[in-house]
Amino acid sequence: MAYLSRRRTKGEVTFECVNGFVMVLLSFTTLYPFLFLIFQSLGNSASISFLPREFETAAYATVFKNSYIWSGFRNTIWRTAVGTVLSVLVTTSGAYALSKTWFPNRRFWTGFIVFTMFFSGGLIPSYLLMKGLGLYNSFWAMILPGLCSAYNLTIMRNFFMGIPNELEESAKIDGANDIQIMLRIVVPISLPIIATISLWNAVGHWNAWFDCMIYITEPRNQVLQLILRHIVIEGTSQYMNFTGTMDTGTYTPEAVKAASTIVATLPILLAYPFIQKYFVKGVIVGSLKG
Amino acid sequence: MHQNVNSANIFIQESNRHQPTADLMRPSPVPKKKPGMLHNYWKNRYLVLLLLPAIIFFAIFCYGPMPGVIIAFKDYKFRLGIFKSPWVGLQNFRMLFSIKSFGEVFRNTLIISVYKLLTGFPAPILFALFLNEIRQLKFKKAVQTISYLPHFVSWVVLGGLFIQFLSPSTGPINVILKSLGMNPIFFLGDPKWFRSVLVVTSMWKGFGWGSIVYLASITSIDTQLYDAADIDGAGRFRKMWSITLPEMIPVITIMLIFSVGGIVGDDFDQIFNLYNKAVYSVGDVLGTYIYRVGLVDMKYSFSAAVGLFRNAISFALVFLANFVANRVNEYGIW
Repeated sequence: MAYLSRRRTKGEVTFECVNGFVMVLLSFTTLYPFLFLIFQSLGNSASISFLPREFETAAYATVFKNSYIWSGFRNTIWRTAVGTVLSVLVTTSGAYALSKTWFPNRRFWTGFIVFTMFFSGGLIPSYLLMKGLGLYNSFWAMILPGLCSAYNLTIMRNFFMGIPNELEESAKIDGANDIQIMLRIVVPISLPIIATISLWNAVGHWNAWFDCMIYITEPRNQVLQLILRHIVIEGTSQYMNFTGTMDTGTYTPEAVKAASTIVATLPILLAYPFIQKYFVKGVIVGSLKG
Repeated sequence: MHQNVNSANIFIQESNRHQPTADLMRPSPVPKKKPGMLHNYWKNRYLVLLLLPAIIFFAIFCYGPMPGVIIAFKDYKFRLGIFKSPWVGLQNFRMLFSIKSFGEVFRNTLIISVYKLLTGFPAPILFALFLNEIRQLKFKKAVQTISYLPHFVSWVVLGGLFIQFLSPSTGPINVILKSLGMNPIFFLGDPKWFRSVLVVTSMWKGFGWGSIVYLASITSIDTQLYDAADIDGAGRFRKMWSITLPEMIPVITIMLIFSVGGIVGDDFDQIFNLYNKAVYSVGDVLGTYIYRVGLVDMKYSFSAAVGLFRNAISFALVFLANFVANRVNEYGIW
């Protein structure tokens, strides 16, 4: 890059300073609401500050004693694990089959799947179907309807199509069948894209709540996001376990709401630095080839 | 993609081949019609087995609900089921265009979506353009990583967050307003402010994530273009305007087609977690309306009619946008 070595003009230096400042401001705007929530959960109400002035953990003690939070965590982890594993299995194997140009009626089957990206039955017909299938109030109501996304399958198919056929030919001559070839040759070299799709699914499941809200009526079987919705948005005290005082001190409902939100979001925030690069990779693969 | 072009011939040549692998990619000189289709599937039975779960899934859970849209033309009775309920023709649609609440909801959907498109669409492009001008790589990476954090957080969490952040009594924005001697604003309960909150928070959540695609397209620009511009004495703004932005046009076009299709596919999660009765008049949109009328008031047929109406419009919009894109710059999706 030759233009880096050129001497910078005064205008250019000003531009860089202003631009850098705007970027810092944007980052701050993105982070501050989260920071505010942490302060709020520690009992700092009605103030603007960059450091917490109080450090009252009673709200957290309440949250950890709230059995709904725990059952919510359990259900969320369970659905995330089962849902992600099944989704990745179905998506990977389906994408592999469709990546083969000699698959019979390949265009038809690809179209069959891609069409679902543009048209769906809608909320009520889907709801009636789930009831008809007997999945109302079943754990599987949160897994099956989102098992495979046409978008993810297409991204993966495009990735597999980029793998040179020669790699698989030799295994084929040795008498391996397509399933063996996929598992032994294709999956090991496609781990980055499989990781990306897995993480998309996992974060999707972790954050999902609407399917649980319409299909699961028993509070003990509801996922964390929905429990959180009952607490912070509907403000239902039954789910909040609010008493006002704990042996550790006094606290407000706002602090409990904030603390519940922090506790529910912490796993995502902790995993975020490690998983975000896979997400970015997936978007780029999808946009360039899809 | 060349694979697509070949796939039709390949399925014909499949049946003619004698050696299992050698002539896979070789076009057959005498293509026959309808050569034992089942045989072909049997020959690829392991691949078929791999695709089968996905096909069953799409058949049941994506195509399964589709016949159910006929309840939009019926008077759905729970004990009769989808197929035995009596037909009522276009009665549900006639009702849809005559009741006041639907007109309001449709208007809200369009207004909110168009506002979001006008602000939320250019925001990531501008962000990518200016972030690209940052020369310190570590700083650039840090800003980028922070910018897409909100994308990973659900609207339930963000709804709870903004309810507190924008609170008239304890939220920091209103604390500032009050300290300046102004009246606090009830952002989420005041019809004058609610739409602005939707637009701003949606932009806040999406600008970083949306910029990834554009940043990727910027990195693929040939650096010789910039070198040439340097020799011509072009400044930073000139290079951004005359090289970076034009080189991003194909990606921008594709993203615009998707956004236009999404105009009636409102952001249900966001609005559902932020709105309340006080702002229904300005914030109730098709998605939330379909949910409330259908699953809360149990008017299945009417709700399905609204859903079908929305689906049809969004389908038409995607095609229209694609058509216009192909006319204007030939970068359409298909």
